[in-house]
Amino acid sequence: MRTGLIAKKLGMTRVFAEDGADVPVTVLRVDHCQVVAVRTAERDGYTAVQLGVGSAKPKSLTKAERGHFAKAKVEPKRKLAEFRVSADALVEVGAEISAEHFVPGQFVDVTGITIGKGFAGAMKRWNFAGLRATHGVSVSHRSHGSTGHRQDPGRTFPGKKMAGHLGDERVTTLNLRVVSTDADQGLIVVRGAVPGAEGSFVLVRDAAKRKAPDGLPFPAALKGGAAPAPELSALSPKSPISALSPKSELSALSPKSGQEP
Amino acid sequence: MTTIRKMEEAQIAKLKAKIPDFAPGDTLRVDVKVVEGTRERIQAFEGLCIARKNAGLNSSFTVRKISYGEGVERVFPLYSPRIAAIDLVRRGDVRRAKLYYLRGRRGKSARIAERAGMIGGDAAPETPAES
Repeated sequence: MRTGLIAKKLGMTRVFAEDGADVPVTVLRVDHCQVVAVRTAERDGYTAVQLGVGSAKPKSLTKAERGHFAKAKVEPKRKLAEFRVSADALVEVGAEISAEHFVPGQFVDVTGITIGKGFAGAMKRWNFAGLRATHGVSVSHRSHGSTGHRQDPGRTFPGKKMAGHLGDERVTTLNLRVVSTDADQGLIVVRGAVPGAEGSFVLVRDAAKRKAPDGLPFPAALKGGAAPAPELSALSPKSPISALSPKSELSALSPKSGQEP
Repeated sequence: MTTIRKMEEAQIAKLKAKIPDFAPGDTLRVDVKVVEGTRERIQAFEGLCIARKNAGLNSSFTVRKISYGEGVERVFPLYSPRIAAIDLVRRGDVRRAKLYYLRGRRGKSARIAERAGMIGGDAAPETPAES
């Protein structure tokens, strides 16, 4: 099982395919996604990689966080997340994961925090039909109606759909197809919508319920191709928006894997 | 400019769509690529442009025609590769950007005068009120 990566949701657009098909896509940016820590079976009881993305000001971190990043010799990160991996897919601490970790055509699962809607009524939250506009309905056109039965059972069953907080929850969208990737700009273009607001961080993983295609970079596609040196603070300040023309062709099939241990 | 805007402009440049200078009120013939089974043919849709949305890659335009006595409207993405060609048949003289008021009209009151000093309007289905 490979690691995933953390990306920032930039927003949605459309792509006209060669055959004229109009594909709705979401653009994700992978911005300095580095391995910050590794969990091993001997020490932690499970194997995983902890990735960090973005950049944070050292003064806004706690001393413990600063120590954590210093130990990994990486720049302070804005967002950290762990990805469970199999023991052979561990990636060295400090390695930077490239957008070409995913291959156009493959399926991915994307996890994000949905946009919060606040306290929402039953019509918006559960698509209830509401009550009638006329025929004697008074003041309660958008109410949910009855919530139960009569004296027997005499209670409302747990889990009854009612008004309450909507959104701002962790949601995973399964089986989104990767349309294209761009390693220079760190872009991953995914077909369809992804949970979360624009600018929020999302976790991208290989689809759990689809067979992975052959030729995926294993254990991960790393930036710079070669094995990353332990001294990595010089590696991070690379401007991702340097190239003006994004090459969003479906041509990034080359597994540029920096084969690690 | 945001990354998404850059991607969209790069795509517009790559698509190289040939778009004539047209506006609402003009009569257009849109050649649409239609896939039937395995073969592809071109189908023309001729009618009046009643709206145009300018939004970069997401630009679109609406064409309305009367087909067998029934009003038919079709919204085309301006940069869609499925559009083989857009031909300008006749210029119309209108004072509004969106001609949705035509939906409630038929016949004589749904005519649009031809804009003077423009290409010949002999192909127009209705005779223009103004010569």
